[in-house]
Amino acid sequence: MSLSRKIAVAGVYEHPTRFAPDKSMYQIMAESVRGALDDCGLTIKDVDGLLTAGMGMGPMGIVGFCDYLNLTPNYLDGTNIGGSSFVAHTAHAAAAIHAGLCNVAVVVYGSTAASSRFAIGTGGERGGGDPCDQYEFPFGPTTVGAYAMIAQRHMHDYGTTPEQLAEIAVTMRLHASMNPVAKYRDPITVADVLASRVISSPLHLLDCCIISDGGGALVITSAERARDLKKQPAYLLGAGETVRHAARGQRDFLEIAAAQSGRLAFERAGVAHKDIDMAMIYDSFTITVLSTLENLGFCKRGEGGAFVSGGRLRFDGALPINTDGGGLSSNHPGMRGMFLVIEAVKQLRGECGPRQVKDCKTALVHGTGGALGTRHSGATLILANQ
Amino acid sequence: MPQEKEPRAYRKPLPHIDEESRPWWEAVQRHELYLQKCRECGDLRFHPRALCTSCMSPRTEWVRCKGGGRIYAFTVTNQNQAAGFRESLPYVMAWVELDEGVKMLTNIVDCPPEQVKIGMPVEAVFDDVTPAVTLVKFRPAR
Repeated sequence: MSLSRKIAVAGVYEHPTRFAPDKSMYQIMAESVRGALDDCGLTIKDVDGLLTAGMGMGPMGIVGFCDYLNLTPNYLDGTNIGGSSFVAHTAHAAAAIHAGLCNVAVVVYGSTAASSRFAIGTGGERGGGDPCDQYEFPFGPTTVGAYAMIAQRHMHDYGTTPEQLAEIAVTMRLHASMNPVAKYRDPITVADVLASRVISSPLHLLDCCIISDGGGALVITSAERARDLKKQPAYLLGAGETVRHAARGQRDFLEIAAAQSGRLAFERAGVAHKDIDMAMIYDSFTITVLSTLENLGFCKRGEGGAFVSGGRLRFDGALPINTDGGGLSSNHPGMRGMFLVIEAVKQLRGECGPRQVKDCKTALVHGTGGALGTRHSGATLILANQ
Repeated sequence: MPQEKEPRAYRKPLPHIDEESRPWWEAVQRHELYLQKCRECGDLRFHPRALCTSCMSPRTEWVRCKGGGRIYAFTVTNQNQAAGFRESLPYVMAWVELDEGVKMLTNIVDCPPEQVKIGMPVEAVFDDVTPAVTLVKFRPAR
């Protein structure tokens, strides 16, 4: 990829709030932008590119946010492909900077999903008017249910067990216990996960991500400029994005977007799986992690159950993932891709304290938006600190 | 886009039927299930749409399905806060693969949820949920 190592994430900020009934979504976004600019030593006057998406924004939300912050950027990207949007935005910002369309881009997200009482996973869905909706919404799909069908099929085809999925949730909680701002920090066991109620078979309550408020922002600029700023730059090596859907009724549902976006990201980055020191994998549900790791090629299809077992995904394991505690335990304000990029950058800088991955030089980020069992987007980044 | 009037008694979402999909929904109302087949390249598709997704040809024929298939994936839904569904928990949502090779999202009915299995042979049943709308659901093959 011609822009490999030429663009960097220079500043990041994760809003510490997990419940903010006293704040608007836009205030959380503004505080996040300020935090990310402070992190790298730039100011709002330096920003000439803006990328955002949200659940509470209108179809022209980015224009309203520019009004709110009194911004007139030279580059705008309001791509909304679900929770993976901010992972894709990172690559889009890099391409725009590389092409000379802007110099300093901010990617931002904010949400009051918890304090506004969004029933994200089980609220029922009526659709937004896409043609496909009329063939699905009458049958009662929920977000949990659409992922649960993938888990059921994986268990049927490969003998994957509820215990193997549960270990993912247990590992995320261990990581959250080392993250002072994580929403749920008390350790849990595999037995706890299996004893929690079944929301949509085979997924239990503790197989599902939490709902929180939150927000975050990234500052992206040229590698050259980033090297003069306050923090260690996280260079973009490669990226990929795509979708998977019903494929006119002929889809293999265990093949997900990560298979394509991951292959593109690895090819473009020129690195191999063995080079990845840690990964941030969207964990809307435990099955999302297992399926994504298989499709990214960290293990073969069907081997995910064994792969996620035995502590491999712990911060001190062979492939640490979601060291912040993930959406399963730290935060999930509706669209979590933002926090995947932030934690990966912090790990590459060595800022993660007790949960720091040793010698972390190269990190992979994969965001999923939508639902694996109906239609979804996937976006992959590979970042490095050299 | 025309929207069917929702009677007070039926609280689940009804399909937003459009000009491309109306012939399919009208057939379902007659308790007939159809797929589309491209007259140029032969590709089968569901749901209905004007152009073939493989070659973009508008030349389409309707192929009548016998209504048989197998459960490809399913979930027993124990929690859904939406009106209509929260009163009918638990219910089974599934992808059914028709014998013709095309998958449809649907509900499995006339079967205790704990007996539903992937690979189970099923047959289409036509549920007239309102005077204007019929849904295709599936039950264990008899």
